[in-house]
Amino acid sequence: MRVMAQMAMVMNLDKCIGCHTCSVTCKQAWTNRTGTEYVWFNNVETRPGQGYPRTYEDQERWQGGWTLNRRGRLTLRSGSRLRKLFTIFSNPKMPAIDDYYEPWTYDYETLTNAPLQEHTPVARPKSLISGDDMKIRWSANWDDDLAGAPELAPADPVLTAIRDKVSEKVRLEFEKTFMFYLPRICEHCLNPACAASCPSGAIYKRAEDGIVLVDQDRCRGWRMCVTGCPYKKVYFNHRTGKAEKCTFCFPRVEVGIPTVCSETCVGRLRYIGLVLYDADRVLAAASTKDDTDLYRAQREVFLDPHDPAVIGAAERAGIPRDWIDAAQRSPVWALINKFEVALPLHPEYRTMPMVWYIPPLSPVVDVVRETGEDAEAAGNLFGAIDALRIPVEYLAELFTAGDPAPVNAVLRRLAAMRSYMRDINLGREPDDSVPAAVGMDGETVHEMFRLLAIAKYDERYVIPAAHAEQAHALEELATECSLDYEGGPGMGGSGPFGESSGGVTPLAVENFHLLKERQTADDVTPLRSRVNLLNWDANGGTEGLFPARPAEGAADIDDPGAEAVPRPQGPTDAAGPTGAGR
Amino acid sequence: MTPRPIDIVLWVVIPYLCLAVFVLGHVWRYRYDKFGWTTRSSQMYERRLLRWGSPLFHFGILAVFFGHVMGLGVPKSWTEAVGMSEALYHFLAVTVGAVAGVCTVVGLAILIYRRRTVGPVFRATTRMDKTMYVFLSAVILLGLWNTVASNIFGHYDYRDGVSVWFRGIFRFDLHPELMTQAPLGFQIHAMLAMLLFALWPFTRLVHVFSAPIGYLWRPYVVYRSRESRIGSRAPQRGWERVGSGDRP
Repeated sequence: MRVMAQMAMVMNLDKCIGCHTCSVTCKQAWTNRTGTEYVWFNNVETRPGQGYPRTYEDQERWQGGWTLNRRGRLTLRSGSRLRKLFTIFSNPKMPAIDDYYEPWTYDYETLTNAPLQEHTPVARPKSLISGDDMKIRWSANWDDDLAGAPELAPADPVLTAIRDKVSEKVRLEFEKTFMFYLPRICEHCLNPACAASCPSGAIYKRAEDGIVLVDQDRCRGWRMCVTGCPYKKVYFNHRTGKAEKCTFCFPRVEVGIPTVCSETCVGRLRYIGLVLYDADRVLAAASTKDDTDLYRAQREVFLDPHDPAVIGAAERAGIPRDWIDAAQRSPVWALINKFEVALPLHPEYRTMPMVWYIPPLSPVVDVVRETGEDAEAAGNLFGAIDALRIPVEYLAELFTAGDPAPVNAVLRRLAAMRSYMRDINLGREPDDSVPAAVGMDGETVHEMFRLLAIAKYDERYVIPAAHAEQAHALEELATECSLDYEGGPGMGGSGPFGESSGGVTPLAVENFHLLKERQTADDVTPLRSRVNLLNWDANGGTEGLFPARPAEGAADIDDPGAEAVPRPQGPTDAAGPTGAGR
Repeated sequence: MTPRPIDIVLWVVIPYLCLAVFVLGHVWRYRYDKFGWTTRSSQMYERRLLRWGSPLFHFGILAVFFGHVMGLGVPKSWTEAVGMSEALYHFLAVTVGAVAGVCTVVGLAILIYRRRTVGPVFRATTRMDKTMYVFLSAVILLGLWNTVASNIFGHYDYRDGVSVWFRGIFRFDLHPELMTQAPLGFQIHAMLAMLLFALWPFTRLVHVFSAPIGYLWRPYVVYRSRESRIGSRAPQRGWERVGSGDRP
């Protein structure tokens, strides 16, 4: 057993309102640069729909992910290593910019520069790729809320997959009645096909938290990762010629705060936590013969963080104690294994994805409600789940490689929770037969309700900080000048070769800890000798910002005759007129 | 015959300067511009022409490279020692060389046409790219011309001339006079190639040295520890973490 920790996410699709706040904040944080205009580390798709880039799920066409070869061994669907090297000069399976969309801006200058004329001048769209005028034909969420669904939705690869199973008539009816949102980020897979496709070895999985990252200094722009990723979540920066992907906001997660998309999620539908897994079993699980067994196989790779044997092995593997604690409190682990309501996205790609989803019950509820029946009654919902084959088939195609049984079970659990808690909220006697029908008890349903519906911030996000503190302190010792004590010759924070020479403190870590220290401190602590203007907040005076005043200035202040009234203590005197504070 | 000063400048000083810039330039670029070290692929913008042009050019130029290794790197005495006759060598060099050369030139033509006519690709072309294209095309065209011309208009055996001079550069056994005696086409080809070498580290051509051969042997999934590079730099000497390197 080789225990490894994985930072993972679960999204509760019932709560997604499709507001795209996660996409926008993510974009502002990470990809608002030239060359990444079309890059959405986080995007929200309307389902049924073609997704982004268009029809990315059609692996017959895009050849992403893994497959089993004739001997039953796991191999990249797009071909062997040798084949990749031979197609390196022109990757035959790479999406072009048109498969995403052509990014554009507007010629705003015309609005102010245009001569006086009868008609209001118009800011024309200009392509950010060619610089020419263009006609906007597509964007990242062009088919939002089923826009154009009659023409566009039939090309949804998931619909195509279930077309054999469901008749045309039912399919069209379903397009009118059934819709949900699917927010997507990088899956940070246990068996990442993008990393396996990278000829340079620039994409790596972090040993500590399993986050998959691209080393920008090692990437040589061979573009094989774009093909390799079946979720098409590695993007090619067309200006820098480097691959970029979702980073799971690692600078934030390292200090224990959730990703930008989670933090800003209006519906509070995202859960972040650790999952412990056995790295030695990943390959065997990913090589499971039947696609429909992959969901079960992946769950078997996960390790129970409460099992003493696992805890022991984790400690021997160097996983810190607070990480094991966090794994035990992990909402992700609870949703996947305790409540068994979270499912992986497209397990049939065999990458062992680590962003899981709670399938939406709301389409079923909506249908029941439209019939005029009680849409919260367990019996009605159970019956509807069994009767409404289409939503279940569709969800199964997304989350369980087409096997409806696990989806059915999850939806029944959600329905049971809804019905059971409704009784409690209305002050009725709770019906314990309802949870029993789905293999749960009242207490577990309560717990699940708390996690899903109350969804407290610190229960949704259980993120142990990375163990950088100690190394960081060592770093400070090693880099700060030994004469840099109060009043010492090195005071002022200059490095050995003048201002700001010497080592660099990682900015994210420094900012976070300094701000936290100051915002939560009881008294105003003076600034340390070295002042970073980026996080200076005027608290604690300006000492260190300017060189010390010459002696006569100090004498003025300290002269007892010049100041009869005692100077007030505390923060108010921090920024005195001399600028030197106290 | 003692070489004239101009010959020494052309065929000794300039080659050494260019090769020094080539080596040191790559070291400098690798140390200070790893981020800029990329193929700068434009496949996102256009793939129809690239589909043909790029493999034609790249496989062609690889064959041309190996041809040069044979022609410039392997002394005539060696091929004769393994029993390869002059006629056979010549036949192979001309046929394989011509096929590779034509592939390269056709590929290059497609790529340049694409670069000029496809708007987004042209927009992404830097001044350095254009300079590089001029030198690269000139070297390739002259090379092909030499292969053809030296067979049609009189015979020149570069293995007794240019090759000896080229190997001499690396063995400090200098023969500038051999270049003076070579046909003008070979002289210009060699000189432009030297200038291209000097230009090399400052262009996108550096991607040649990232040919990912190691991919064939490395494990599929690369794991890397976060601790080895906390923040933005490597740990300093004396502060290696316990359990890393020589500290148990």
